[in-house]
Amino acid sequence: METKTLDTHHVPVRYFEGGKGQPLVYLHGAGGVLAEDPLLVKLAQKYHVYAPLLPGYGDSQECGELRDMLDVTLHTADVVAGLGLKDPILVGHSMGGMIAAEMAAVAPNDFSRLGLICPAGLWLDDHPIPDLFAMLPYEMPQYLFHDVEAGTKLMTAGVALDDPEWLKAFLVMNARQMGMAGKILFPIPDRGLAQRLYRVKAKTVLIWGDSDRLIPPAYAHAWKKAIKGSELVSIAEASHMVTIEKTDQVIAALGKLG
Amino acid sequence: MKFTWFNLMPWPYLPDDFREKHRSVWVDIDSKLFDPAKSHDVYNSHMDLLEYASTLGFDGIGVNEHHQNAYGLMPSPNIIAAGLARRTKDVGLVVLGNSIALYNPPVRVAEEFAMLDCISGGRLVAGFPVGTSMDTNYCYGQIPALTREKYSEAHDLIKRAWSEPEPFAFNGRYNKLRHVNIWPRPIQNPMPVHIPGGGSVETYDFCIDNTYSYSYLSFSGYIRAKALMQGYWDRVAERNAPDASPYRAGFAQTICVAETDEEAERLYSEHVSYFYNRCLHVYGGFADAPGYRTIKTIQTGALSQYAPPGEGGYSKLTWKDLIEQGHVIAGSPETVRQRMEDLIKGLRVGNIFCLLHVGDMPKEKCMYSTKLFAERVMPKLRNMFPEYADDNRFWCKPLAKQATPGISANEMNMAAAVGGKD
Repeated sequence: METKTLDTHHVPVRYFEGGKGQPLVYLHGAGGVLAEDPLLVKLAQKYHVYAPLLPGYGDSQECGELRDMLDVTLHTADVVAGLGLKDPILVGHSMGGMIAAEMAAVAPNDFSRLGLICPAGLWLDDHPIPDLFAMLPYEMPQYLFHDVEAGTKLMTAGVALDDPEWLKAFLVMNARQMGMAGKILFPIPDRGLAQRLYRVKAKTVLIWGDSDRLIPPAYAHAWKKAIKGSELVSIAEASHMVTIEKTDQVIAALGKLG
Repeated sequence: MKFTWFNLMPWPYLPDDFREKHRSVWVDIDSKLFDPAKSHDVYNSHMDLLEYASTLGFDGIGVNEHHQNAYGLMPSPNIIAAGLARRTKDVGLVVLGNSIALYNPPVRVAEEFAMLDCISGGRLVAGFPVGTSMDTNYCYGQIPALTREKYSEAHDLIKRAWSEPEPFAFNGRYNKLRHVNIWPRPIQNPMPVHIPGGGSVETYDFCIDNTYSYSYLSFSGYIRAKALMQGYWDRVAERNAPDASPYRAGFAQTICVAETDEEAERLYSEHVSYFYNRCLHVYGGFADAPGYRTIKTIQTGALSQYAPPGEGGYSKLTWKDLIEQGHVIAGSPETVRQRMEDLIKGLRVGNIFCLLHVGDMPKEKCMYSTKLFAERVMPKLRNMFPEYADDNRFWCKPLAKQATPGISANEMNMAAAVGGKD
């Protein structure tokens, strides 16, 4: 994957690009995404992948002008247009799925194929989503991974809490990224999407890890109900990071979009 | 010097095994630990202490705002201040303060502070904290990265609501108000304002630009506060503020006074331990929502200065550690005087918020300590900055003639004589 920059109305946007085939835009979750993310790398074997970073993520510039869901939705639509893409396959994971669904609801004629991987954006009182913003790093793997031990290893690689400089860099990164994510996810990841999903016309595939403990599978059914004609692909032995835990099955499910 | 007797209003019935059995004193504290019937005495006892302090020569009595918190029983400090306004006289009412980003619309704060100022005859000293992340983000649901922008807008709105003589329209991002015209209006104009801060450069500048006093409300004492306060004074110099009056700054300090150092330990150590071990037991996940602090603040490294000390935090500190490291100033009047002098000179602060009630300290011990401080420590610290003795920009200016609350015998007689004349 190549790292590139696109000028937009607000700020320059960093994005990763690679592969050949149909254009596919991938919107990352609240944890961000790296160029070497296994899902991106494997998607690029099949599609022409574009993965823009939300402002503040990675080394991209922050954007104070993005304050709410509509700002983020329109900004991301600007990015798609700026990349010169028309009706790309639109895929989003978690927070990225929320943004993708908003885009498809706001501009239903612009997106005909939508891949939503355990998207945020709905709230069910009987299934409250754990407060991601009140979690300490060591608590996260149990919510994100089916194989908690492997997930913990992955998340703690390179962590040096005793090193003040590392800690400062971590806090800055966390403030930039999760500060941005908080604008649409804090304190409850619901910005009214439920009342707009009826507008989505895109062929939609919902992809969910059976053991997702962050956004439990009850939400998969709520989404399926909300988007007419959508198809749900449940993946066994995978949690919220199904993109990493079952990469091939996620790619196979996205294949249903044609 | 301005000394304010400051009460956090802790809940005194947290169990001995609180740390082990509960994850946090704040935000998601177990509601079963609160006993409404017992709280009747707790509130009244805390208010008695504030009123008592007002009779001993303190310049101010102080209250603050916390939510879902067992060491701060005042979601609305204005309610307490209203009670105090009627039951005290001459003393400043320091409300430090109202977290203005939380009020919708914030003219509510302009109105309530104006009411307090009018009822008390111009005795209000106002405070506008951004609010801790626990209160503002986790309890009151404000979006962390937008909190400061919302705060700043609320401040501008309140300031205009107090000062503009005509109704005006306010088209803010977070507040759309076609007719702002608060009623009542505060007696004091300008209102003295103190801003609690935790080391962010933005707050330093905000205080300098508005001639507000910068208050560092820390529980970790004056020794650890040096770098942070020096940062503020450096900024005052850098920004070419017209003066470096010590009244531009305030500091909160836990203080315990007894006849001797030994007596102080014997009388107060259990209550100090209750405060530092139980009251400050906050779940780490609630400490600091990402986006709440600015990148600039994180990068200055200010955070490390008020993080709990060392491995295990406060729970590992003994009485001796707490005293030596300055978290607590305790001992005989002379010991306390010396250390207070170090604090006042070292930090260059004209406003002291004296935390003389600590943890689960019973009323009588608190009164004993408070009286010793007022009579045998405070008078000796009065004239620390004689060259700034006339600087009253940061303190209240009460009306010369104060109303006497309650109905006088004369009024009773007059009322009796009103009717029955036909």
